[in-house]
Amino acid sequence: MTLNARTDMAVSLTVNGRRTAGFVPVRQTLAGYLREELGLTAVHLGCEQGSCGACTVRVDGEVMRSCLVLAVQAEGCVVETPEGFSGDPAMDRLRERFATRNALQCGFCTGGMLVAACDLLAREPRPSRHAIREAISGHVCRCTGYEAIVDAIESAALAETAP
Amino acid sequence: MNDMTQVPADRPIGRAMPRAAARRHAAGRGRFVDDIAPAGCLHIAFLRSPHAHARILSVDLSAALDLPGVVDAFDGPACAELCKPWIGTLDHFPGLRSPEQHALAVDVARWSGEPVAAVVATSRAIAEDALDLIEAEFEELPAVTDIEAALDPDSARIHADYDSNLAFRLDLTAGEPDAAFAGAAAIVERSFRFNRQTGVTLEPRSLLADFQPGTGELTVHHSTQTPYQMHDVYSRHFGIPEERVRVVAPDVGGSFGLKLHVYGEEMAAVAASIRTGRPVKFVADRYESFLTDIHLRDHRVHARMGVAADGEILAMEVDDATGIGPFSVYPRTSAVEGNQAIRLMGAPYRMQSYKGRLSVLFQNKAPTCQYRAVGHPIACMATEALVDAAAGALGLDPLDIRRRNVVPDDAYPYRTANGYMLEGLSHHACLEKLSALMDYDALRRDQAEARARGVHRGIGLAVFVEITNPGPAFYGVGGARISAQDGCTVKLEPSGGFSIAISITEQGQGTEAISAQIAADRLGVSPERISVVSGDTRTTPYGGATWASRGAGIGGVAVMKAAEAMRANLLGLAGTILQASPESLDIREGTIVDAQTGTERMSLAELGRILYFRPDTLPPGTHPLLTVSGHHVPQGYPFAFTNGIQASHVEVDPDTGLVELLGHWVVEDCGTIINPLLVDEQIRGGVVHGLGGALFEECNYSPEGQLLSTTLADYLVPLASEMPDIKIAHVATPTKTSPLGAKGVGEAGTAASGAALLNAVNDALSPFGAVLAETPLTPERVLRALGKV
Amino acid sequence: MRAAPFAYLRPDSLEEAFEALAQFGDEAQLLAGGQSLMPAMALRMARPGVLVDISRLAALRGIALEEGALVLGAGTTYAEALRAPLVATHTPLLVEAIPHIAHEAVRSRGTLGGSLANADPASEMPACMLALGAQVVLRSAEGERAVSMEEFALGTYTTAIEPGEILAAIRIPLPESPRRSRFREIARRSGDYAMAGAALVSDEAGEARFVLFAVSDRPILVPGAPDVDAVLAAIDAEVEFFPDNHVGISTKRHLAGVLARDLLSRSAPKEAA
Repeated sequence: MTLNARTDMAVSLTVNGRRTAGFVPVRQTLAGYLREELGLTAVHLGCEQGSCGACTVRVDGEVMRSCLVLAVQAEGCVVETPEGFSGDPAMDRLRERFATRNALQCGFCTGGMLVAACDLLAREPRPSRHAIREAISGHVCRCTGYEAIVDAIESAALAETAP
Repeated sequence: MNDMTQVPADRPIGRAMPRAAARRHAAGRGRFVDDIAPAGCLHIAFLRSPHAHARILSVDLSAALDLPGVVDAFDGPACAELCKPWIGTLDHFPGLRSPEQHALAVDVARWSGEPVAAVVATSRAIAEDALDLIEAEFEELPAVTDIEAALDPDSARIHADYDSNLAFRLDLTAGEPDAAFAGAAAIVERSFRFNRQTGVTLEPRSLLADFQPGTGELTVHHSTQTPYQMHDVYSRHFGIPEERVRVVAPDVGGSFGLKLHVYGEEMAAVAASIRTGRPVKFVADRYESFLTDIHLRDHRVHARMGVAADGEILAMEVDDATGIGPFSVYPRTSAVEGNQAIRLMGAPYRMQSYKGRLSVLFQNKAPTCQYRAVGHPIACMATEALVDAAAGALGLDPLDIRRRNVVPDDAYPYRTANGYMLEGLSHHACLEKLSALMDYDALRRDQAEARARGVHRGIGLAVFVEITNPGPAFYGVGGARISAQDGCTVKLEPSGGFSIAISITEQGQGTEAISAQIAADRLGVSPERISVVSGDTRTTPYGGATWASRGAGIGGVAVMKAAEAMRANLLGLAGTILQASPESLDIREGTIVDAQTGTERMSLAELGRILYFRPDTLPPGTHPLLTVSGHHVPQGYPFAFTNGIQASHVEVDPDTGLVELLGHWVVEDCGTIINPLLVDEQIRGGVVHGLGGALFEECNYSPEGQLLSTTLADYLVPLASEMPDIKIAHVATPTKTSPLGAKGVGEAGTAASGAALLNAVNDALSPFGAVLAETPLTPERVLRALGKV
Repeated sequence: MRAAPFAYLRPDSLEEAFEALAQFGDEAQLLAGGQSLMPAMALRMARPGVLVDISRLAALRGIALEEGALVLGAGTTYAEALRAPLVATHTPLLVEAIPHIAHEAVRSRGTLGGSLANADPASEMPACMLALGAQVVLRSAEGERAVSMEEFALGTYTTAIEPGEILAAIRIPLPESPRRSRFREIARRSGDYAMAGAALVSDEAGEARFVLFAVSDRPILVPGAPDVDAVLAAIDAEVEFFPDNHVGISTKRHLAGVLARDLLSRSAPKEAA
């Protein structure tokens, strides 16, 4: 039997609740596919080496760097990008607090930060400031100095658990 | 000076308001250059010099051109046929020299990573595939990388036409430094090494050039702080009339001074669009960002300070040698950083004798240029470390010696030893406020108690002044076509809101938000009724845009003037309609009211309806002026200086050399505060930039000039996990240099946080007799200072 | 940069993966979690001809107790290991070490087997497995062999994996009596590669395995544990230190001593004192 290694492949995913199908070069990353084919440009590329966190998305419930996953590797997966999370009350609160606390300046890290924060609150509804700082430590922000982001996540968590 | 002025809650200026743009980004709807994808867009990638210094013998592009998907490929000489070379010198730095620089290297490449050839293809990946097919031959030349080597007259020359590798020299003498040192009770001395950093904007440099062959028009979407400057550059260097050029800065993902210089890749991308007649996109990847974004703050500084027995600082002598790479960067030059460093030494203090020498040197490394807090961290670290050393030599408390030496708050205007005119500073007020804010005495007690337990904590202070609101003296007088004035256009919407177009630009600091607040304040509406457009050279007034902490202090006044002119127009027109004198009317909460009684006379919506749709009801000859502009240029003082003081609290592990940041405090005075929320976040972000530079960030090169830190795993930027919470307080002394009273604040945090950290680490290590004078303060350097490695 | 062109294959079984390795030979590169390979490809430093994606193979998954050993499928992600009750019960060392590996969004995808096969000398997992006395199970079309970590990690990015073999599982022998373990790494920022790190596993019988990592070209089992002085002497005499981009040899050596003193004095059983 001869195996057939492909340079283009079909890929179908569920992205932000909607099924998508496409045909991609195998070297296209999930980040590239989301941005270029699906127009989900809140997935930002700050390094393409998995270091900056700006491209973080949720795949089958786990946060991942979409620059370190090939689009074809996500075949059949459920993907949520910063544009998604609709109906997720934690994400709604996070968006609100990020805006009111000025927890972003240029906005380039924001999508990844929000996904990481949402993931944290799902695992740990009342994180300490230390836990928040650890949870976003894989995300570079060059503008804020981080404190406002920590504040925003902390206040979103407090709002979530308030009576 | 005053404490932060209490502003009535109903006045927009002074309100801590979130930014409208923040909601857009939080919803995932930012729009950066790379998010714009026109049909037929091509992508450009670059072949780069693998050597720090090499003669380019040949570049064969034929195999690259044959690759399917490749549309164009060209080398330096071909690019030069379209794009005129540039020279990074300005007349007000006499003696500054730098040769012609091309977009793509011609004949000789002078740093590892310098672009040599370009490939244009239907995708970035294909363009990169084609780079592998270019056959280029280089003859390696001797590289000069080290600063001392660049100073050595016997070193190889980077530019054959020059007699040395010196780009610029400046000698300053003020007062009587020799006599002052001779009479000093103590002289303290340090040799500093401030290692190269780079900017790491999270959005890399990005540009989409779209040349229309039919009309000869060039539109460039460019992640830049300075669209007008780039508009001028594109026009002149490609020979396209200014009115046929349009530069649009969409959302800009971080800038900090990095995105206002002219880079070869951007110019080559424009050339590629002209050559192909198609849109061409350049988005730097992180690797080429490290190789070609400007670097900064590569200085070695020998400095000494003489003090009297009572702690009075008598004099400083400073020798600063700084490496700038192979070219002075266009169009602002690479002399400005050293110039500001050498002139800002000792600037907070009464010291009147000074001797300084600045040597700006070519080397075969990436070019360095202006970046957030240009020169300030160098001056502040050198000065403040010497102040601490002097305090140690005299047995004075670090806070006390600063109290004795800062220029008194009632002494302004005041001219520093180096000739800077200071107005309205508040060092003493800031110092006392900081002492209370951080509970300085309690921290000192904690430090003593911790030391007894073998825990080594340190407290570091740093007083600073920051240059903001630069006038034409900064660039214009030197011949740079960089505007010192800014403008704003206000338009009445028929329903009573306003749209404004501003020439200052937004990179997330809140330029648009404060402009809306200022306009709203003068127009008597809430800021939500103001929409703002910025960053488009075709639809906004011409201006200098955003750099050197000039947005609020200069652009803000332009907004104020435009809004005041609009207000006068509207009151005049309302007076005509209401048969009242304009002086008897006011605009409050979107309504024309009787100024005396507050009685509502007519809504702005009704006024708008009449003015736009029923002008037939106005008296004959009335032609309402409903779009008005205002411009502002700072006059009198060449700059508006701000001031403040920062404190850092650290714990150093003498076993590992790791530095833990326990706390950081800032008290600063930027004059009238337009939006406290945004001001505080500017300070925090700035502080962390400075802490990153002092603790983590370093462009490591091999001796041969190969950059070793080319990923975010090697070049360490501050992360949330290591940064402290930062407590901020203000003293607000409205500046008389601006009718708004506002000064800049974007660089204050960066100016002094590294100095405070350096002093804190040395304070922690003082029981060991260890002193660090090289940044970043890596564990290895700490251990070396401790004699452990 | 974007990855250079390659072809991609997602075998449905381990057997098909072996066939792929046979068919494509040197051109083939296994792709597991991809958290090291993908960045290397994005920098065009790694240019595989054919990526053989084994990240979905069920044969490489699973965590189970088998014949006195904890067996971890090579495809187990860090996040899965951290969540697994068996791992928490039997190898608390891993629970202590895994949070030091990069960040959540990397641990969700990076795999234990991928880390061992990549053999980055600064990686935590090879050191932990060496300290735990683990064996690596290598499978090929011909069969299966088990290799001790001492024989597996041969140098920087170099292992005992032969062409045609796939690292299938990690087998951690479980002793009769409970073990104590300690882990520490000295890094400048959370999630960074360590400047130096160490793992220590000791039992009540007084046996101890002290492993240094991020100081040499592979994790180093330093003889002499649990005796601090013996370990320090061995560090001086026997360990060959390698610099990295940030830290030189003398600092590595100093930090190794700091780690030895810290872990061995912290964990020394009281009755042994």
